[in-house]
Amino acid sequence: MSIRVEHLIKTYGKQNAVNDISFAIETGEIVGFLGPNGAGKTTTMKMLTCFIPPSSGKAFINGLDVEEKSIEVRRQIGYLPEHNPLYTDMYVKEYLHFIASVYKIGNISKRVQEMIEMTGLQVEQKKKIGQLSKGYRQRVGLAQAMIHNPSVLILDEPTSGLDPNQIVEIRNLITTIGKDKTVMLSTHIMQEVEAMCNRVMIVNRGNIVANGKPAELKQQFSSDIILTVKFNTPLSQQQRKLLEQQISIVAHEGNSYTLKGKDEEGMKAIAFNFAVANQLMLSEMKVAENSLEDIFKNVTR
Amino acid sequence: MFSIFKKEIRSFLSSLIAIIVIVVFLIANGLFLWVFHETNILDSGYANIDPLFEMAPLIFIFLISAITMRSFSEEKKAGTFEILTTKPITDTSILLGKYFAGLVIVIFSILPTLIYYYTVSELAVPKGNIDTGALWGSYLGLVLLSAGYISIGLFSSVITDNQIVSFIVSMFLCFFFYSTFDYLGSFSFFKNTEFFIEWFGISYHYRNISKGVVDSRDIVYFLSLIVLFLWLTKIIFSSRKW
Repeated sequence: MSIRVEHLIKTYGKQNAVNDISFAIETGEIVGFLGPNGAGKTTTMKMLTCFIPPSSGKAFINGLDVEEKSIEVRRQIGYLPEHNPLYTDMYVKEYLHFIASVYKIGNISKRVQEMIEMTGLQVEQKKKIGQLSKGYRQRVGLAQAMIHNPSVLILDEPTSGLDPNQIVEIRNLITTIGKDKTVMLSTHIMQEVEAMCNRVMIVNRGNIVANGKPAELKQQFSSDIILTVKFNTPLSQQQRKLLEQQISIVAHEGNSYTLKGKDEEGMKAIAFNFAVANQLMLSEMKVAENSLEDIFKNVTR
Repeated sequence: MFSIFKKEIRSFLSSLIAIIVIVVFLIANGLFLWVFHETNILDSGYANIDPLFEMAPLIFIFLISAITMRSFSEEKKAGTFEILTTKPITDTSILLGKYFAGLVIVIFSILPTLIYYYTVSELAVPKGNIDTGALWGSYLGLVLLSAGYISIGLFSSVITDNQIVSFIVSMFLCFFFYSTFDYLGSFSFFKNTEFFIEWFGISYHYRNISKGVVDSRDIVYFLSLIVLFLWLTKIIFSSRKW
């Protein structure tokens, strides 16, 4: 188990920023940490990376206590803090050299070159960090977090503030690197979690309110299936009654009717058979997907 | 510690702070020593460079505060503080790396003044007739004094994320420790405890060492001052963990 958290609490004044959370992340997992602003994502990550100590509870990285074995823990994690702070007056290479020397890794020049290639910084490597665009700064931040080949990566909002192309690039980069590492990343963007993560944890007000695979969560939190069907003409009173005997109609607008039920395939079959029996033409049939976004809205309200 | 030290030195050099400090220090001292009437060595008629050691502590109050004001404030403001403190490196190493980088820059600004020593010893009659003991004592005193200033400066930098505040606090504290106790001691109110009060000031010990008498008590005073402020800095630096 790469990351294990037991009853972690962080109190600021009277407020619990992180309120007794426990979870475990297996080696090789990519876990998305989801939640509204101020939910306690960053605070949790700061505790895992030894930046601030927990008020109570324990956290372990590769079995090492973050408080007792702080230095050893820091050696094994790569951390990209929120807002990606960088020394803007340093050159890209100079900065990576500095970070590598802090980690005391051997053959620094070779490793720095590898990281520059891995993160696609070749063109920008001779520039000052302050001159780089946000996307490239993010790459420098990632290179900095991975230069010592850590087994655990903790990334706090790695794609915030990037344009859609850059987001895709950074995601690909994380997925590539994350293959043989444990990655924990926080984000606001649902698609990101669906695209990259094996597992999602949704936090709200310091508590974990949902934890599981994206598909599982969808199932767990999906209530009713909403099916919209569109016929070629509006139904007559009689037809409508017939249909309502088989299934509940929640709304209708022109030719489309919104149906509600539990079993998606069954509902489709009913709608189809009904159309055939009444010599109607089905022009559209659409299931409203219960997206992670909806789950997020529901559980963090 | 060494990697932090190297990074600090590089950033001093690349931001030109180091160069500016060295140049300003040398120009100011050069003017006082060779040009201005009041303090001019050539007019004084004595083969020593005492004006240097009288002026340098005052000039350093400004320059050392300028060197140290950014060391923690800037990291805090830019958030790079979080990068540093989540690396496998202890708070003490970060602190000492920054401390020694500042010290090295200051020593490099003092070194060129050895030319003045050479010049004066050449000008002396007879040639080379200069009080070497007092001179080396003075240099040692100046290095210890700047080492003290730097630890005060680091402390002022760690208490705030605003460089201006840090600069002003540092100047105030350096000045306070350098000469306030002298003035206090001269109040008639403190008549009998005069010596005791002056003892707390940097200038008292600095003057002692400048005479060429290197007394272990003075050395201990400077070391205690340095350690005290480094220790306070360390406490505040680690206070994020409270």
